[in-house]
Amino acid sequence: MAEQSTVTFIITRQGGPDSTPYEETFEIPYRKNMNVISGLMEIRQNPVNAKGEKSTPVMWDMNCLEEVCGACSMVINGTARQSCAALVDQLEQPIRLEPMSTFPVIRDLIVDRDRMFDALKQVKAWIPIDGTHDLGPGPRMPEKKRQWAYELSKCMTCGVCLEACPNVNDKSNFIGPAAISQARLFNAHPTGEMNQSDRLNGLMEDGGIDGCGNSQNCVQVCPKGIPLTTSIAAMNRATNIQAFKNFFGSDNAH
Amino acid sequence: MAEHREFFYRRLHSLLGVVPIGLFMVQHLVINHFAVYGEESFNRAAGFMAGLPFVLLLEIFVIYLPILFHAILGVYIVFVARNNTRTYGFFRNWMFRLQRITGIVTLVFIAWHVWETRVQIGLGNADLDYSLMEGILTNPFMFWFYVIGVVSAVFHFANGLWSFLVSWGITQSPKSQKIATYAVIVVFFAVSYLGVRTLIQFAYGV
Repeated sequence: MAEQSTVTFIITRQGGPDSTPYEETFEIPYRKNMNVISGLMEIRQNPVNAKGEKSTPVMWDMNCLEEVCGACSMVINGTARQSCAALVDQLEQPIRLEPMSTFPVIRDLIVDRDRMFDALKQVKAWIPIDGTHDLGPGPRMPEKKRQWAYELSKCMTCGVCLEACPNVNDKSNFIGPAAISQARLFNAHPTGEMNQSDRLNGLMEDGGIDGCGNSQNCVQVCPKGIPLTTSIAAMNRATNIQAFKNFFGSDNAH
Repeated sequence: MAEHREFFYRRLHSLLGVVPIGLFMVQHLVINHFAVYGEESFNRAAGFMAGLPFVLLLEIFVIYLPILFHAILGVYIVFVARNNTRTYGFFRNWMFRLQRITGIVTLVFIAWHVWETRVQIGLGNADLDYSLMEGILTNPFMFWFYVIGVVSAVFHFANGLWSFLVSWGITQSPKSQKIATYAVIVVFFAVSYLGVRTLIQFAYGV
């Protein structure tokens, strides 16, 4: 890429949850190896838009700055991804930033990802081990299983899979791919497995796994390369078996 | 099942699409294909199907009710999707979109087709024979309407077979899903041939 002096950002902004979105253009001095976040930081230092008018700093969410926390997801040039890992040198200019459309906007590029955490609660994506006395060591996990389960554990609840999914929107109650894969992760754990029917029943609640329409966008866009569609298919099998157990089975506990 | 009603309905939707609706469609096209062997042959085959014992009960429980359920829930499923092939133009996303488009096209086609054939026969306005279809399909507009209807129904079946395999957790690995894709492509072309070949026979007599 040729040496250039400025970088142009066209940002979709919004004052608050109920305000009307508008676009604002910023031109900032180019520096080597910039990412989108360092560009936003530059705007924050000197919030003057391309027309030379004094504006307000653009708000965005961030935390780890190394594509592990999932907080800084936004739509960059039409595709949802993490802004910390989006390098300016690799992006077409002008760079268009928008908040993810699947989630309610709080302000500018900050969205409310609460629905993802609610989804994790629906599928009970944790392992209940708290007790009043020492339960001793848990069962061991086979190494081969640990290896694929580790891939699933990379999920950072960033919301990119939900943004890309055509079935996650304001007309549908589908919880999205992330939580389905997390249910599989915790069901794979030897201790978590003891509560697997709770998670499967969570997946079968309204808005659960049945909302998947197999567009498979999630697995294509996941920044962590998580095999989301494999997880969904695996959980499809598991929930079907659980449904038969619930209806025909005699053992309510499992 | 009461507490998992939506899950149950969606799984039933997936199952009904293959059994009995998909099986019925293939059977229907195979029987129709007798037309290619001549008028006499078609009339005998269609007459046999129409003369099955308890034919009205069979029609209601194997054809009408399953299709009605599949269609009503299907229209709802189409309504709740927000297609985004423009941004995410992946192959499967296009299949997702086409599955919804062909579903609606097929619904319109089936409604018209049933009205024009089964209902008219039931009302005594038409007879179930070769000349009924010949009369409809010699009109070039109706011929192409039927080609589009049949091909979209077959596409919906073949692609639906693929997602059936995923929804029931049969194909889980990416590799098995890929092989299933190739398999349903073969199904699509084979069953499309059956259907379109018959339409050409009725329309052009060849």
